[in-house]
Amino acid sequence: MSAHVGQERHAPHDDHHELGWWRTYIFSTDHKTIGIQYGLTGLAFLFLGFMLMLVMRWQLAHPGQPIPVIGGMLQAIFGEAAFSRDALGRMGMLTQDGYNSFGAMHGTLMVFFGIVPAAFAAFGNFVVPLQIGAPDMTFPRLNMASYWSFFISCVLMVGSFFVPGGAAKSGWTSYPPLSGVADMGVGIDPFWNGQSLWLVGMIFNITGSLLGAVNFIATIIQLRAPGMTWMRLPFFVWAQFVTAFLLLLAFPPLEAAGIMQTMDRLFGCSFFMPTGLITSARDAMGHAAQWAGGGSPLLWQHLFWFLAHPEVYVLILPGIGIVAEVIANNTRKPLYGYKAMVGAIFVLGFLSFIVWAHHMYMTGMGAKVAAFFQTTTIIISIPSVILLTALLISLWGGSIRFTTPMLFAVTFLPQFGIGGLTGIPLAFNAVDLYLHDTYYIIAHFHYVVAPGTIFAIFAGVYYWFPKATGRLMNETLGKVHFWTTTIFINGVFMPMFLQGMAGVHRRWYDGGAAFDLISKVPVFGRNSLEWNVVSSYSAFLLALAQLPFIFNFFWSIWKGQKVGRNPWDATTLEWDAPSPPPHGNFDKELHVYRGPYEYSVPGAEKDFTPQTEAPADAPKPQVTEAVLVK
Amino acid sequence: MQIPYEVQARPDTGLYNAKLGIWLFLASEVMLFGGLFSAYVFLRLGAEPGLWPRGLLDVRIGTFNTAILILSSVTVVLAWASLKMRKFNEYRKWMMLTIICGAAFLFIKLAFEWPPKFSHFGAFIRKDKLAEYEPYLGNEYMRSKKLEPRLEISGHLHAVEVDVENADPAALGQFLEKRHLKVLKREDEGKRLEVEVHSPADAEALGRVLGKITKPDEPDPRMREASRTLPGVKILAFEVQPDPANEDPTNEDNEKPHFNPRKRNPLADLIHIKAGDVDTWSAFVPRHSTYLATYFMITGLHGAHVLGGVLVFCFLWGPGAALYKTNPEHLANRVEVAGLFWHFVDLVWIFVFPLFYLL
Repeated sequence: MSAHVGQERHAPHDDHHELGWWRTYIFSTDHKTIGIQYGLTGLAFLFLGFMLMLVMRWQLAHPGQPIPVIGGMLQAIFGEAAFSRDALGRMGMLTQDGYNSFGAMHGTLMVFFGIVPAAFAAFGNFVVPLQIGAPDMTFPRLNMASYWSFFISCVLMVGSFFVPGGAAKSGWTSYPPLSGVADMGVGIDPFWNGQSLWLVGMIFNITGSLLGAVNFIATIIQLRAPGMTWMRLPFFVWAQFVTAFLLLLAFPPLEAAGIMQTMDRLFGCSFFMPTGLITSARDAMGHAAQWAGGGSPLLWQHLFWFLAHPEVYVLILPGIGIVAEVIANNTRKPLYGYKAMVGAIFVLGFLSFIVWAHHMYMTGMGAKVAAFFQTTTIIISIPSVILLTALLISLWGGSIRFTTPMLFAVTFLPQFGIGGLTGIPLAFNAVDLYLHDTYYIIAHFHYVVAPGTIFAIFAGVYYWFPKATGRLMNETLGKVHFWTTTIFINGVFMPMFLQGMAGVHRRWYDGGAAFDLISKVPVFGRNSLEWNVVSSYSAFLLALAQLPFIFNFFWSIWKGQKVGRNPWDATTLEWDAPSPPPHGNFDKELHVYRGPYEYSVPGAEKDFTPQTEAPADAPKPQVTEAVLVK
Repeated sequence: MQIPYEVQARPDTGLYNAKLGIWLFLASEVMLFGGLFSAYVFLRLGAEPGLWPRGLLDVRIGTFNTAILILSSVTVVLAWASLKMRKFNEYRKWMMLTIICGAAFLFIKLAFEWPPKFSHFGAFIRKDKLAEYEPYLGNEYMRSKKLEPRLEISGHLHAVEVDVENADPAALGQFLEKRHLKVLKREDEGKRLEVEVHSPADAEALGRVLGKITKPDEPDPRMREASRTLPGVKILAFEVQPDPANEDPTNEDNEKPHFNPRKRNPLADLIHIKAGDVDTWSAFVPRHSTYLATYFMITGLHGAHVLGGVLVFCFLWGPGAALYKTNPEHLANRVEVAGLFWHFVDLVWIFVFPLFYLL
């Protein structure tokens, strides 16, 4: 046993053998490459999900009108499942089924294929091992397997648009019995149809997430560098740690539910099909589809929301972590309330498992059950507010540098604030009964995720781009991107609060035109349908606003200003590694001596003191056996 | 580049990486099977009276499988201990025993437990027709004893009566020949047949035989196909050799789980069930009822985990055992980690067995 220890320590590059192009860039086990793979895939899906919504927003602003310019092309690509000719014979009008499928897929792709890969998997994979001083993740091959499981799910989801019947159209929530009878009939394959592919795709996605979560937790526990105690961890690592636990424990019930719904669709089971249901569903041969009954649609809702509530915290926590890093760095002072933030994030994670039925107030639950969930939901707002407040107070007295990442990070705070505060009324079922399934809900959750997490993702991209590439992104383009995005994203979502309170329902193909109360009664000067036009045109301009970012991102990879290891003068460990870090990450032995945010330490020469900088009077550390990297 | 603590434990946690990893994975598996068991509870509590069967499963086989699995948990620990004591041949012996036990579990399930269900017929009678089948359902007795009503007639499907007036004769002939089905009776100038079937699957397939083409002069072959009558074959009645519970419905004993399962009486009179009186019918397959759906899903998923474990053990017994030469402690750790997974699989079965077989 002891013969293995005490061997000569090789420098990281000595035992690196030449891997071919495929093993280096595609089937890599290096966390940085995998992180970039997740990042590019995630950003691509955020873009695709956005495009789906733009088509829907055209329909909402101009109901019944074909998509201009590209309408014919869209109809040719997506087929009759989503588009048809309008009354005047022009191609490219979004049909009702098309609207529903684009809506369901917008939600699914954004949540599971955009935000989670980009915010959790991409930044987590790239940054966490570097920030804790590890050479890689604990299980590099498992890491690669996770990405490829995820990739398979991406292929299935995108492919589902092109099968007969089109993509899943029962909402991202996939509620039965609708999801049990959707996408079946003559001409539609019993397996290769939108809803079934959605289910199988979700199973692969969940598997990838679960394996990734195991990796993150094991890495953070086991591979911290010597001296990196728990309370010296950057807050981003804490955020990823809790997020990984949420994914690990909350996803499996949805996997179970997905298996059950797949069995309902493929084997005719009745897990979710109630007794006595009469439908017009037909199987591929044209026979009336039959179910034995005895199932419960409510069961799906419980299993789904048991995941989906912790899922929304999965969506926000990595973002809060990114914002914490950027704010500490750009205020040149420590985070305010680091310990409180760590405590809050654990309480938040725990509570997130016991609030799920606030998505189900309309199901006729009894008063006692409703009271329980209302209480826990209100309580969970406390740690959220602690986190937000701590970040806000962190700005106080800071020497603020308004770099592009900082602009996004600071703007995250009030936008997330709006999202969170508009959620508080929804905690009460009396209010929720009125606002459930209206545009108010859409505005609430989009504020948290869109000007919330996506802004945090942008901040993270601009912030860590120099570490990944050795070059800075262009600041001017960054500022143009920031200002246009902020203005237009608020243009999209702010009117939706008004529409929702006026009663405009979600998922309406005509945007509410059929209701006089919505289409004729003015709300703040315009009737609700006119606000549709405001939202839609803001969305189109928002799309244009992303062009500087996309250009900047790719152009800077080759032509950006070259920088050294630590262009932001940051304290955390990732800035000690070369830019970009080699396989194995660090070119020297690491020992951590101090906390993560020692900026402007009184008496210090520079306004930042890296974690690895030894205090003048520190003894040389003993290199213990257990720590030697072989 | 070497990942630290792959084999040696990290001092402050006392764990090597894979051990932590497998415990985390098992936590997620607890949530997975927990979700499935919760579904079982939810569906059981919400089930309509009479729709939740009992005593369907063979307790002997279940008990034997339980014993095998527990034995395999012991042998895998002995395999790990042999490795820690650096006794390689002992390790291979115990590991092979573990594999055999796991494979036996799967074989017994897939050869003796599942297949008989696929040829076991069950028909739920419509609520308004229950009185007509009272001799086989015994609901007056059930009501008098305040028990849940019996809504199903089950047993061996002997034959089906079908109306073939609209069936494509060539397709029908081919179908009967391919499946080796005898026509027992021909009535109404061949428009009604009584066809002997081997299993409910035959009856289902019979119901899907193509109908006659109503537009034979149509030039487009696809339009010709589309003009077939639907359905081609209409099932009129089922001839069922009843299970003990339907042969003697007032004997409560028939519905409890027994260690020695009750056998069907081959000499019992066949029950004639009119198709119009049937709500739904099928073999004892997942779509028969939520009970069977849950049973197949949970035992199926558990079986998949058993298979996964067996495959990992095969690797560690075979090509993976080469690691013993360079790093025996690492191999011992791998066996320990696989063993932990195996114990979990065993633990799930300890819940499955009483829940499905004994209660």
